[in-house]
Amino acid sequence: MSKKLNISDLENISSQVRRDIVRMVHGVQSGHPGGSLGCTDFLVTLFFSLMNKKKSFSMDGKNEDIFFLSNGHISPVFYSVLARSGYFNIEELKTFRKIDSRLQGHPATHEGLPGVRVASGSLGQGLSVAIGAAISKKLNNDSSIVYVLLGDGELQEGQVWEALMYAANNNINNLIINIDYNGQQIDGPVDEINSLKSLNKKFKSFGWNVIESNGNDIENIIKTITEAKTILKKGLPVVNIMTTIMGKGVDFMENSHKWHGIPPNDEQLNNALNQLQETLGDY
Amino acid sequence: MKRKEYNYTEKKDTRSGFGDGLLHVGKNNPNIIALCADLTGSLKMNDFKNKYPNRFLQIGIAEANMMGIAAGLTIGGKIPYTGTFANFSTGRVYDQIRQSIAYSNKNVKICASHAGVTLGEDGATHQILEDIGMMKMLPGMTVINPCDYNQTKAATIAIAEYNGPVYLRFGRPKWPIFTKENQKFEIGKAIVFSEGKDVSIFATGHMLWQALEAEKELHKSGISAEVINIHTIKPLDEETILKSINKTKCAVTCEEHNIIGGMGESISRVISENNPCPIKLVGTNDTFGQSGTPYELLEKYNLSPDYIFKSVKKVLKKK
Repeated sequence: MSKKLNISDLENISSQVRRDIVRMVHGVQSGHPGGSLGCTDFLVTLFFSLMNKKKSFSMDGKNEDIFFLSNGHISPVFYSVLARSGYFNIEELKTFRKIDSRLQGHPATHEGLPGVRVASGSLGQGLSVAIGAAISKKLNNDSSIVYVLLGDGELQEGQVWEALMYAANNNINNLIINIDYNGQQIDGPVDEINSLKSLNKKFKSFGWNVIESNGNDIENIIKTITEAKTILKKGLPVVNIMTTIMGKGVDFMENSHKWHGIPPNDEQLNNALNQLQETLGDY
Repeated sequence: MKRKEYNYTEKKDTRSGFGDGLLHVGKNNPNIIALCADLTGSLKMNDFKNKYPNRFLQIGIAEANMMGIAAGLTIGGKIPYTGTFANFSTGRVYDQIRQSIAYSNKNVKICASHAGVTLGEDGATHQILEDIGMMKMLPGMTVINPCDYNQTKAATIAIAEYNGPVYLRFGRPKWPIFTKENQKFEIGKAIVFSEGKDVSIFATGHMLWQALEAEKELHKSGISAEVINIHTIKPLDEETILKSINKTKCAVTCEEHNIIGGMGESISRVISENNPCPIKLVGTNDTFGQSGTPYELLEKYNLSPDYIFKSVKKVLKKK
């Protein structure tokens, strides 16, 4: 994929990815549509416009930007974006969560799916792994960037704060942390379950430069990551708190934790697909 | 090879074997990275740290983060060695090891000191006796528990050449050195230390010395014991175990670990599936440890040469 794609191209890809997400989750009647839909614009922009990556996948990811998904339950968006950006055939999306598939419920390296570099699903672990990969790049004199995405509910895991403390103290400045700040988790609003209170202040007190952005606005995503890279160039660590709408793009799923982890029925699927234009051809 | 007696002139801690092995392997391979969670001195990692400061990562008291960073370092071709106590290397970070290392098949070497009761005075919070069980249950994990300074050094060097996750377990106390300097360590290959015909004694870690001491007394009593070192608990050298059992028709296993979930159970499975015979497991028995000196604790928890001697007598009666 080239960087010549404009905003409208990226929006078209996002529409197709959203169709993939609801169809995959409907097809197996299991999986997590809410967070997947919310992070679609971000992942599409990252993979189709922002990341300098090689066409073929190598686990080592040397001299290319690499991405880690820490909140592994949003695997539908990850798989769709990986397939649509050429890591594997889009027909394989049909096998999501089915027996003998490489598209496990949560992302895994075990079956050798191109594009996945570590298993995730048990929350709170991805940032540490991303830090390790970033250090590895530094030791290899590789100037490319490591991206990681975490859920906001996931920030309730203690390991994340161990990792945040370490990365800021050790000036890991080839890593962009992105928080999917949709305010929802399985049991309800994050504020009611175990509030993050002032997340911005928390990060700042840990030594981070904080950018707040809109994760459902492609133009804003591009601007934000460009700004984040400028901060990295100054030698400083950066975190992007990205407000998103859970369920974005499907009106009856938007803004509710209820669609965190349940699939649409046939009627709901048709309703959703009527709201999402088929731009690249369904799998 | 026939019966052989072992003696020692020097005692040294196995953790120093790790520290010296790490320094050695770090010199030859620039991809070796050492990580430590605030126990650099205890793990004997100071020499590596001083010699290769850019390849030493002080993580602080954050073992979960350390395991994740280690997993990430492998992406880009690094070979990370994590160092902390066995308790904090396993139980504290089991899910991190399971998902980010074992399931993801990352080339991480989890190096764990102060295992077992011979940790001594720090007591049960630190004396893990369940770590072998936890680690051997993880698909794809290699589990190694060397017996003395020299073997620990050799194992530390050997695991760098093996591609895959490894759990390397060693200890705190000064312990007899009775294996050769600069030996070649073969992962998964048991070593027959002394041949015998009446009973097979399979021992791992510090307990190999205890078994060799027991063998001397057994010999005096006219009992011919074959002593075999199972330094690699997984993958288990089934061939060597069964070859010995075919000859002796009974076995005693010795480990500084809970007999529930330890090496003895793995060996029992191999024997019961292939050539059932009487077997007795020597190890701690479903208990936590306590404070004391290493030798007091070995005595208290039935890990002494005398207890091995008695266990052999018992198992012989069942033949």
